[in-house]
Amino acid sequence: MSRVLLIADHDGKTLNTGIARTVACARQLGNVHVAVFHAPDADAACAAAAKLDGVSRVLSVSHEANGTPLAAVLAPQIARLAAAHEGGYDYVLAPSTTFGKDVLPRVAALLGVPQVSDLMEVIDARTFKRPIYAGNVITTVKVPEGIPVLATVRIASFQAVGEAGEAPIVAAQAEAELPGHSRYLGLAESGGSDRPDLQSAPRVVAGGRGVGSKENFEIVFKLADKIGAAVGASRAAVDAGYVPNDMQVGQTGKIIAPDLYIAVGISGAIQHMTGIKDAGCIVAINKDGDAPIFEAADFGLVGDLFTLLPELEKALDA
Amino acid sequence: MKILVGIKRVIDYNVRVQVNRDGTGVVKDGVKMSINPFDEIAVEEALRMKERGEAEEVVVVSIGPDAAQQQLRTALAMGADRAVLYQAEEEIQPLAAARALLKIVQAEEPGLVLLGKQAIDDDANQVGQMLAALWDRPQATFVSKLERTGDTLKATREVDAGLENIEVDLPAVVTVDLRLNEPRFVKMPDIMKAKRKPLDIKPFAELGVEMPPQLEVGAHEPPPKRQGGTKVESVAALVKALKDKGVL
Repeated sequence: MSRVLLIADHDGKTLNTGIARTVACARQLGNVHVAVFHAPDADAACAAAAKLDGVSRVLSVSHEANGTPLAAVLAPQIARLAAAHEGGYDYVLAPSTTFGKDVLPRVAALLGVPQVSDLMEVIDARTFKRPIYAGNVITTVKVPEGIPVLATVRIASFQAVGEAGEAPIVAAQAEAELPGHSRYLGLAESGGSDRPDLQSAPRVVAGGRGVGSKENFEIVFKLADKIGAAVGASRAAVDAGYVPNDMQVGQTGKIIAPDLYIAVGISGAIQHMTGIKDAGCIVAINKDGDAPIFEAADFGLVGDLFTLLPELEKALDA
Repeated sequence: MKILVGIKRVIDYNVRVQVNRDGTGVVKDGVKMSINPFDEIAVEEALRMKERGEAEEVVVVSIGPDAAQQQLRTALAMGADRAVLYQAEEEIQPLAAARALLKIVQAEEPGLVLLGKQAIDDDANQVGQMLAALWDRPQATFVSKLERTGDTLKATREVDAGLENIEVDLPAVVTVDLRLNEPRFVKMPDIMKAKRKPLDIKPFAELGVEMPPQLEVGAHEPPPKRQGGTKVESVAALVKALKDKGVL
């Protein structure tokens, strides 16, 4: 059976929610080992990875240098692990999070193999579908025989696996020469709210330029809290400074697939639609009845969001 | 310091891209082509660094068809000092592009390589990271703020958790995100001036790149269409529809 090495994305404490979705892709390909690179005594993410259904082993790679996610430090270790551990892996996967997108191409270059970016569907062991042109075209790519398959996985395309697993956690060595030319200084700004995580929440309410100001965005937060949703935003709203960038949904932001997506004051530029194509149900609330988002929305409501949102909240009470 | 900026000729971001009739690619005939928007931001950043006295020369390079001269001329009109085109009519995949850039880096010896975070045609998001690995130098990807202090760069990166700061030693590879800057508008006199700036055209083969394994690219298809377009008349109707659908 093919052997799959999945690189965990975590913050030192919790596993990125995209990992459970990446495992769903990985287990279609073979026997899944999850590698968790972490600082000594900071291995909580290993336990979380061990619980995921379909994971057969967690490789705990503890090193002083692994406390921060620097691609230049991690890539040589991942390349080493991928090539040498127990005879080498057939697949090396990472989620298409900013972490995965940062580190995996560096690994691919060290191994001298091409990478499949944003793998969205497994056709067979070497053939995959992926989006190009901001999701306006889906293309099929095949990795040639005789080399490992490296891919970042578009997490919105896969359903998360359950958490009934009990994989053993084993210490692994990935000795490589580590560079000193890159230093991690820390997070400069973080959304850090108590609301559900944008990338895994089943419900998302997002605001666009139509919301009008940072203060007005409160109305979006209120509706989100009412239905237990995460909050997102269009690039226009982020650029206008209404909300921080980590809330951005779209081609240059996060690609999400909630069951319910409520777009408030968002016109629906192609780049935004890329981020929500896989949503279960899209609701658009916009005063411009000709806004392109209405073409994709399952349900559209034309009108002033400042009247309609409070009305909607009230209707949900009833 | 010399800054090397890589640019790619792509279908303009305003064009609605269509799959061609036999599904082998997308329609390119008569379609407007531009500098990849992220690469344009990279050019702008290099120019600003030069204007601040942090760099002496800005060299733009492209690997692509003969027609990519247009995009290099645009970069020269923005203010780049000189340009080099490595002519390749066939598609150059990311790892091959990174190996080619390494050869160029070895010849030019820049202190900094600036690239867009991804090209909006293949959306691969790989070349910068791959070049940094092959060059054995630091990388800063998704950068929305860049400050040079002596031989180090402080970069603010746009990551899923918010914004993150890293510090890297030069030389380094930086890939830029949208918010880093707003590229300047090119004025007519600058376009005239750019015509006299040096633009070298060389065959890709001259780089002597050892071609890596390539992905075989197969069928292209449009994404499945969403069945949208239903409008409801009132909030009450919306709530009912969502409850009927089981999402509320």
